[in-house]
Amino acid sequence: MSGLLQPPAEPDVPQPVERVEHLGMTTGYLGATASAAVAVASRATPAAWRLLLRGPAFWVGAAILLFWVVCAIFGHLFAPYSPLAQNLLLPSAAPSGAHWFGTDPLGRDVLSRVITGSRDILIITPLATILGTILGTILGLAMGYFGGTFDLIAGRIVEAFLALPIVIIAFLFIVALGPSTGTLITVIGLVFTPLIARTVRSAAQVERQQDYVAASRLFGESPVRVMFGEILPNVMPAILVEFTVRLGYAIFTIATLSFLGFGITPPTPDWGADIYANYINLLPGYWWQTLFPALAIASLVIAVILIADSIEQVLAS
Amino acid sequence: MTADAAPLVDSGAPAAPAPALSVTNLDVTYKVRGQDRLALRDVTFSIARGESFGLVGESGSGKSTVALALVRYLPSNGRVSGGQVSINGLDPLSMGRAALRDLRARTVSMVYQEPGRALNPSIRVGRQIAEVFSIAGQSHGEATASAEEMLRKVQISDPARVMGRYPHELSGGMAQRAIIAMALARSPSLLILDEPTTALDATVEAEVLDLVAALRQEFDTTVLFISHNLAVIAKMCDRVGVLYAGQLLEQGPARAVFENPRHPYTVGLLRCIPRRGQRKDSDRLDTIPGFLPTPGSSIAGCIFAPRCALVQDRCRTTDPPFFLVDATRTSRCFFHEQAPDLPRSTPATIPELAGHETDGADGPLVVMAGLSKTFGGSVRALAGVDLAIERGETLGLVGESGSGKTTLARVLLGLTKPDEGSAVTMNGKPLSPDARRRPREVLRTLQIVFQNPDSALNRRHSVRALISRPLARLAGLSGAALQARLEELIASVRLEDRHLALRPSQLSGGLKQRVAIARAFGPGPEVVVCDEPTSALDVSVQAAILNLLADLQQTERATYLFISHDLGLVRYLSDRIVVLYLGRVMEVGPAETVFAGPHHPYTEALFSAVPSLDGERPDRIRLTGEIPSAADPPSGCVFHTRCPRKLATGECESTEPPLHEDEPGHQIRCHIPLAELRELQRSQSVPSQGGS
Repeated sequence: MSGLLQPPAEPDVPQPVERVEHLGMTTGYLGATASAAVAVASRATPAAWRLLLRGPAFWVGAAILLFWVVCAIFGHLFAPYSPLAQNLLLPSAAPSGAHWFGTDPLGRDVLSRVITGSRDILIITPLATILGTILGTILGLAMGYFGGTFDLIAGRIVEAFLALPIVIIAFLFIVALGPSTGTLITVIGLVFTPLIARTVRSAAQVERQQDYVAASRLFGESPVRVMFGEILPNVMPAILVEFTVRLGYAIFTIATLSFLGFGITPPTPDWGADIYANYINLLPGYWWQTLFPALAIASLVIAVILIADSIEQVLAS
Repeated sequence: MTADAAPLVDSGAPAAPAPALSVTNLDVTYKVRGQDRLALRDVTFSIARGESFGLVGESGSGKSTVALALVRYLPSNGRVSGGQVSINGLDPLSMGRAALRDLRARTVSMVYQEPGRALNPSIRVGRQIAEVFSIAGQSHGEATASAEEMLRKVQISDPARVMGRYPHELSGGMAQRAIIAMALARSPSLLILDEPTTALDATVEAEVLDLVAALRQEFDTTVLFISHNLAVIAKMCDRVGVLYAGQLLEQGPARAVFENPRHPYTVGLLRCIPRRGQRKDSDRLDTIPGFLPTPGSSIAGCIFAPRCALVQDRCRTTDPPFFLVDATRTSRCFFHEQAPDLPRSTPATIPELAGHETDGADGPLVVMAGLSKTFGGSVRALAGVDLAIERGETLGLVGESGSGKTTLARVLLGLTKPDEGSAVTMNGKPLSPDARRRPREVLRTLQIVFQNPDSALNRRHSVRALISRPLARLAGLSGAALQARLEELIASVRLEDRHLALRPSQLSGGLKQRVAIARAFGPGPEVVVCDEPTSALDVSVQAAILNLLADLQQTERATYLFISHDLGLVRYLSDRIVVLYLGRVMEVGPAETVFAGPHHPYTEALFSAVPSLDGERPDRIRLTGEIPSAADPPSGCVFHTRCPRKLATGECESTEPPLHEDEPGHQIRCHIPLAELRELQRSQSVPSQGGS
């Protein structure tokens, strides 16, 4: 190689690493220079994550989630009774000093069942969502990157899939595979795949138009490398948001399937299954058997949504 | 404009009886993450009634902040922290909400850079303009009539039809006219134009500027014209203020300031712009060392001192006051008398590297033959382009947007597949039309520097990863060899080791473009396409990048295809020039021949359209309208619909002229013989089409 000439020091060598910051503030106004608008495009800096930690919504969500995680792991240690211990002398007892949340028709302590019932849902939810996110990301990236006929065909299949009620699809899978924790994870993961694929696809389509994708083609990069090495890191924020949102839906779906009798099999304590087992007792007035598991589900969903919202806000800002 | 414009010495007490606008010691502060940052400091100027004042500065200088502060449109984290503003004797800074609304509605109008974003996309243009008159109390019928009248004044030929359209149906130039019509509807006493033509093509820009100049006469409006483009300011303004890091450093009559600048910053800025006759090899651009200070940083002395070649101890400790240069001019510099003799920060000439003209091979390096590209079955972006790129030359490619410049580059690179029958050869060997099918050895030889580094550099990768990857992929380097080449590249684009670990978002625009250049040169390409590589950059950064490109061409023995809409840049850098129009080559020839003329009428129009700092150039011809759709190109010569020199014989409408060569190496696609063109262009007596 010809030795590179080292000309006399030219002006902008000791460039300040810090960006001109006040430019970002004027972008809301029409006349802001184009370069300023582009400068804001980078996201999720460490400062942004500090911003996340400052939001009260995030802390409330995190506290609730942490509470249920502790219950799932150590719940059997501090639950007042064994969740499986039946006390046939005390069926369907109303909340009292001995049984804060009352008992169910078999005399099992509702509080203990609520505390320990978080275990399966907290295992299945993240695993199922991760499975769906991985599959959806691969499918979405491929659709967004290749476009054309592949995108058209895969897109139609995804749309057809989305048109069916999730629960019905899940039924079909469970009937075919037999109910088990593994089946639930697979089913929910597969059901979420097209939903996540759709989000990733649109984000990838935007990135595909960027010049860096053209540049990597000029470097002879393979499609796999462009998709996963170039585009994927840039669509991660979108995937992260979608992932957290899906977590909330996963809790819901698991609870729904359990309620319909396709989820966790009794006598394992589970919120959805307990509601299913006891909701007929609402009419005679044994409300505590249904209300407390339902509140538990609601609190977990809310916790996840609070966290998801905070992350999304930070990524969008 | 003489007595009224009397400069303000230090204190800044307005000297004129009642200026339309006076700004006194204005400070603006932005609160960023709990910290106050001074964005404007001690800005003082005034505009006399009917005068046009230009505010020029690079990005980050605070130009737009001035405009926003005047009408209290600052974002919520910004506030005026000192000073006074007076518009027509009114004080917008202290008035109540209702009065402020009234001021914005009646007294001040603003026109922004992007016409597309200033109009409501869901309301017809006519209604939006009429609304301005309705608010003034006119009935529906009157307002509509007034709107139509206003559109006619901004030279829209068929106002009734335009009024029925939605904003997206208007071209950029047309939309900007409509906005100017709205802005002038109330006969405002102050019109603020913030980069009004930056988003427009040169020919359209020329039309809009002509229009603004004509309307200013007619309405007797006071204008505050904000732009980064010194030539535009020079053309449009009586007086000019040079803004730097929130401070006005120099002000005075535009012509005087630009011809004989008296502040080191203005001097440096003007030296960054290629002037007539300057060439990359003989008379290089100068640059301004250092960087804009971080906003809000506290600077003891002169704000420009860290970058100034004339700096003395006094400058670092004492903030200089305004010095009177003469009766009409001020400069904020202790040494304003020495400013014109500012020492250069880069040498004017560089030593020629010997013996790299040819590598023994003969013939052009790249030959493109019958290059056509049709999008969507009907849009002919390129129509049979034949072009050769010689070894080691810089081929400049000019044309308006929509002329096919970028498509041509993408076809050459293999990013866009041309139509059947197109052929590209390099070193005599045919190139596959698809980059994915090209072997690495071929990919290595053809690289590109994109226009926008934000899009071209993956923001998730570090600078090291960005530059290393093509070295590994195409040059087959690894380990110590890769590291050595990486360091060599970094040094040659004048980056530092500490930059390697950073992400693009942590770099300024100029540094990002340096990374992109280092990446493109990494594998050792023979041809580098430069697609408007400096259009997203500031003037002072642009000069450094242009010099860098010129250096690299010598040391790396590269051939350039240089695409730009900026004729000054093309002239500075190019050996030969190609003029494209609607996907056809209109003219091709050695740079100096093309610039000296006689030129193709389209080339002539392009030259006429570009405002210049080199004295008043007669605006000989103007193009009306915008480039026709490539889906439905005009018959015969595609330029005949806009050609000011169209022949009366009808030949232009019926037959497409061939590209004929009257001078060696200089080809023109026109029915008018060269001699006749020379005669026509010398006489300069062309009836202006439309225009004013």
